[in-house]
Amino acid sequence: MVRDPVCGMEIEEQTAAATRTVDGEAFFFCSERCAQQFDADPARYTKQVTGTKGTDAIVGSATTGVNPGVTGPLQVELPIVEVICASCVQTIERSLGGLPGVLKASVNFATGKAHVTYDPAKVTLRDMSQAIRKAGYSVGSARARIGIQDLRCASCVTFIEEALKATPGVLKASVNVASQEADVEYLPGGATLRSLRQAIESVGYRTAESPAGASSEDAERTGREAEFRELRQRFTVAGVLALAVLILTFGEFIPVLRAIPPQTNWIVLFVLTTPVLFWSGSRFFVGAWSAFRHRTADMNTLIALGTGAAYLYSTVATFLPDLLPQALRAVYFDTTAIIVALILMGQLLEARAKGQTNEAIRKLMGLQAKTARVVREGQEVDIPVEEVLVGDIVIVRPGEKVPVDGVVVEGRSTLDESMITGESIPVGKGPDDEVIGATINKTGSFRFRATKVGKDTALAQIIQLVQQAQGTKAPIQRMADLISGYFVPVVILVAIWSFAIWFVFGPPPPLLHGLVTAVTVLIIACPCALGLATPTSIMVGTGKGAENGILIRSAEALETAHKLDAIVLDKTGTITKGKPELTDVVAQEGLAEGELLRLAASVERTSEHPLAQAIVEGARARQVELTEASDFEAVPGHGVTATVGGRRVALGNLKMMERIGAGPNGLQSKSEWLAGEGKTPMYVAVDGRPAGLVAVADTVKEDSQGAIARLKRLGLEVVMITGDNRRTAEAIARQVGVDRVLADVLPEDKARNVQMLQREGKTVAMVGDGINDAPALAQADVGLAIGTGTDVAIEASDITLIKGSLTGVAVAIELSRATMRNIKQNLFGSFVYNSLGVPIAAGVLYPFFGILLSPIIASLAMALSSVTVVSNALRLRTFRPSAT
Amino acid sequence: MTVADAGVLLGAVILSGLVVWFFFFSAKKGTRLVGSGGVQEAEIVVKGGYTPDVLVVKAGQPVRLTFLRQETASCSEMVLFPDFKKSAKLPPGERVPVEFTPEKPGEYGFQCQMGMLHGKIIAE
Repeated sequence: MVRDPVCGMEIEEQTAAATRTVDGEAFFFCSERCAQQFDADPARYTKQVTGTKGTDAIVGSATTGVNPGVTGPLQVELPIVEVICASCVQTIERSLGGLPGVLKASVNFATGKAHVTYDPAKVTLRDMSQAIRKAGYSVGSARARIGIQDLRCASCVTFIEEALKATPGVLKASVNVASQEADVEYLPGGATLRSLRQAIESVGYRTAESPAGASSEDAERTGREAEFRELRQRFTVAGVLALAVLILTFGEFIPVLRAIPPQTNWIVLFVLTTPVLFWSGSRFFVGAWSAFRHRTADMNTLIALGTGAAYLYSTVATFLPDLLPQALRAVYFDTTAIIVALILMGQLLEARAKGQTNEAIRKLMGLQAKTARVVREGQEVDIPVEEVLVGDIVIVRPGEKVPVDGVVVEGRSTLDESMITGESIPVGKGPDDEVIGATINKTGSFRFRATKVGKDTALAQIIQLVQQAQGTKAPIQRMADLISGYFVPVVILVAIWSFAIWFVFGPPPPLLHGLVTAVTVLIIACPCALGLATPTSIMVGTGKGAENGILIRSAEALETAHKLDAIVLDKTGTITKGKPELTDVVAQEGLAEGELLRLAASVERTSEHPLAQAIVEGARARQVELTEASDFEAVPGHGVTATVGGRRVALGNLKMMERIGAGPNGLQSKSEWLAGEGKTPMYVAVDGRPAGLVAVADTVKEDSQGAIARLKRLGLEVVMITGDNRRTAEAIARQVGVDRVLADVLPEDKARNVQMLQREGKTVAMVGDGINDAPALAQADVGLAIGTGTDVAIEASDITLIKGSLTGVAVAIELSRATMRNIKQNLFGSFVYNSLGVPIAAGVLYPFFGILLSPIIASLAMALSSVTVVSNALRLRTFRPSAT
Repeated sequence: MTVADAGVLLGAVILSGLVVWFFFFSAKKGTRLVGSGGVQEAEIVVKGGYTPDVLVVKAGQPVRLTFLRQETASCSEMVLFPDFKKSAKLPPGERVPVEFTPEKPGEYGFQCQMGMLHGKIIAE
């Protein structure tokens, strides 16, 4: 008996209607139709068959990363959801540790992850997740969003959810009609994207390709698009009807319409305006009512009150004219309809503009590769990037994207990392170099071992950090928040009193003047502009930062960075490369520099000391052939000796030279000069005679000098902090143009030195590597960490510079200043708008200039004010770092 | 000054008083959160406001609020807890949990990104 891979029917091989052979494996079909279906997409069915053959085959999850090819004890990191109490940790550890085959289990409360060492032969991931679930927690869910096409009825939701939940390995499934998506949490070892898709298709729905980097951002965008469509629909209806109302209102100027008696005309206007207000404008009333129930008030309250009052008065004048004296019979249907149409237009424009504020994040998400080519069981297979596991060997060809983070094992290439680091020059990569997911492979093919997948990749973390930052509040917003808390009630009070004052003191007809000014006040006030001012600029600013390789962790950091007075730069790794390099070779007469270097480097080749490595690498870079050294001997506190090509070579400090009886022979002054330059000189003796010097030093990064000059131009006091002695420190400081040096500072005293600068009344930023300098970074008003490779989430820092260069610091400060300038413009603009608009609407200019605003002008102003704020924030997108 | 004038002025005074009372002095009833397994939980519907919007919790115990946004108006697409440095995007129709622990008794506000919708947590 064999199984038809398409329909799953059990059939006899002999009676099969058709057969196919794929990769040496035969497939049998019950009918010609199944065979045709198979031919259309063989890969779909062949993989399924292999899957059912080995039911225990571990299919990976994006987040837990286990390579099925590995044997022996394995380590796995299981993300555990909902560990929110410290005592839960022990419960989970106990239940995991109780499983046979689990060698070690520890749960980190802070990260919410369980680290388990286990024997894959005895226990599976599924057992572990069950154990964790028994303890009351859930594990390791990979999360997938799958688009569903044509999902209309709410009841279908249950069917699909049930089908998904019945799929083995699925923890949670919820279907969202609004976004047309299923959101599924599934277990490692259980479900795969394919099986989830099949589950949805089994109940008669078609799945849509889920977009790359599918996440809440997409759901949010879908929601935003729905909002936009709805607004457009409502605006269109309101616009058309308002136009008709406008024409009819001024009917007396149009001959054909002049014949209609006013009372009839008013009824027609009423009929046309009612749907505008209660259908197109229903959102204002719904919003106002919800706000009312919450004992608050917002923009909707103001619009609903304003339009509602105008409409009610007009309706009374139309249907119960006897209640009003002749002079007061007037309708404001045109005002009502046009206000609604204009405000909807404003919201439509605003919605469109707001959609662009998050463009940067969308761009980042679009960077994610969709598939990866990995080696599984000796074969190259293309798999969805979600299913790449930690430990997988991934193959990348020229022109392709690197799918996940990892370390190169084979091959060389140059990679364009600009999308992550902001560095536009392609970077060369070879074995042992880190590659970052989403970067583009330019020239050669290479293989790398995946080290970070799913939500742990640099890209995923960058996206997450930027999103988090966009959700924080800048201190400057507090003022806006304070104002908006009182804003709407105050506007309502102003409206009440402008009605009363016009009624009592205004020119006749008092009631109409009172009504119109009250409505105008309600309509012109725009709390939205005030509310939008800060967050939109922060969104654009943080997004722009990410584009330039600058990760800003909070709006507060972005704000503080604009008012910095001093910036403290750690020397090692920040100004300098943090790695010694060969800088000088001084040969005594009678010996070529190349020869001296050859001898010295050949000796040092066996040593693992960083200084020795620097000499060897320097020799390699200068294309010096190294030879084999023998009789290597290290003398602690002195240096090393070895025999190279029959010559006895010694390398070390002055004591070493004295020890072997080779006096410095005039090299001493040269050596001191080198030391004065901040370098580490080493004496070389050949056959017991002084032969020369080699010097190594931690060299400055190429762009440090330019970046420091830029920081000074920004008006900052630049301070260098280092553990080095003053002489060395000052040599480096001179080289890069730093005036103030804090030398001989022990690592643990760095924070105190930052504090001392703060006591001088300065706002201080600290730039360091984020590990040794963590306390100093935390102490500083703004801590900037220089990142390396894929480590982007550096806890102690407020701002992380992905590209490890100082230029990023200057760019970050420039960006902060640009953003804050933008926020201030927005706040100032909306504050001035409201504090001028509301009194003018109330008629303060009338007694002096006879100026009274029409409510229609007020609604236009209000609609445009929030659009202006968002558009101004969008101007930040044009931010370019100044040229060095 | 006519009777009508006096009436309107009196009306304005009374109405102003009502507005001030309604927005600033009328007390809101808080919803007390019930805990399960040490976590105090509540579901909050987001539609023109947060329902419930005043939550009474015990200090020092973790709180999990699950937000369900039942509207598409862009105002409410994000909820912020500035005191806990937490924020969450609220895609319409989706339940989004926000977790934090108010360590000290006091009042902690939460709001939408533009500060239009407000709620508060009273930790006791």
